[in-house]
Amino acid sequence: MILCRVLGNSVSTVKHPCYEGHKVLVVQPVASDGESALGASFVSVDAVQAGIGDLVLCAREGNTARQILGNDEDPFHSVVLAVVDMIDRGGELTLGPGPKAEQS
Amino acid sequence: MQLAKVLGTVVATQKHAALEGVRLLLIQPHDHHGFPMGPALVAADALQAGEGDTVEWVTGREAALTLPDTFTPVDVAVVTIVDHYFGDDEAGGIRQ
Repeated sequence: MILCRVLGNSVSTVKHPCYEGHKVLVVQPVASDGESALGASFVSVDAVQAGIGDLVLCAREGNTARQILGNDEDPFHSVVLAVVDMIDRGGELTLGPGPKAEQS
Repeated sequence: MQLAKVLGTVVATQKHAALEGVRLLLIQPHDHHGFPMGPALVAADALQAGEGDTVEWVTGREAALTLPDTFTPVDVAVVTIVDHYFGDDEAGGIRQ
């Protein structure tokens, strides 16, 4: 699982039938400070009602995604499976939802 | 799952029998700013996406699961045709 920040969402009309009713989020992998971007953004299916600005956990592996979202036959590859409340690195806290300015 | 722009189609006459009837697209993966990420890929397409479309694609075992025959030797496939997605502020926040 990787830490990501939710940037926004992606809307499609034409899609594989298994994607109907699912929300797709644009997410940016970030370091454990919750701020520094790591690598390219990607899209991920939401399983926990995450929103823009949330710090989330994403799995980028098909079997995990299928267990959470569908059955053995559905082509899911990436899923948002948790909204992070807090990361504690030896007393140094990274808080989850929202940009840092709102947390002080 | 990643975003990509469809650059065109790929046609092959001589191919493995399992690829008969599988539509192939040339796609360029990109991030939410539209910046290209990595090389262009050839993706299987079951949605009739066309040149210029923005799509979402998957790799690995999931690619074959998008096709009518789920035991097809492909490793990249298109799963949705994107209407619009969150981009960056320069584009007013919304792309396409």
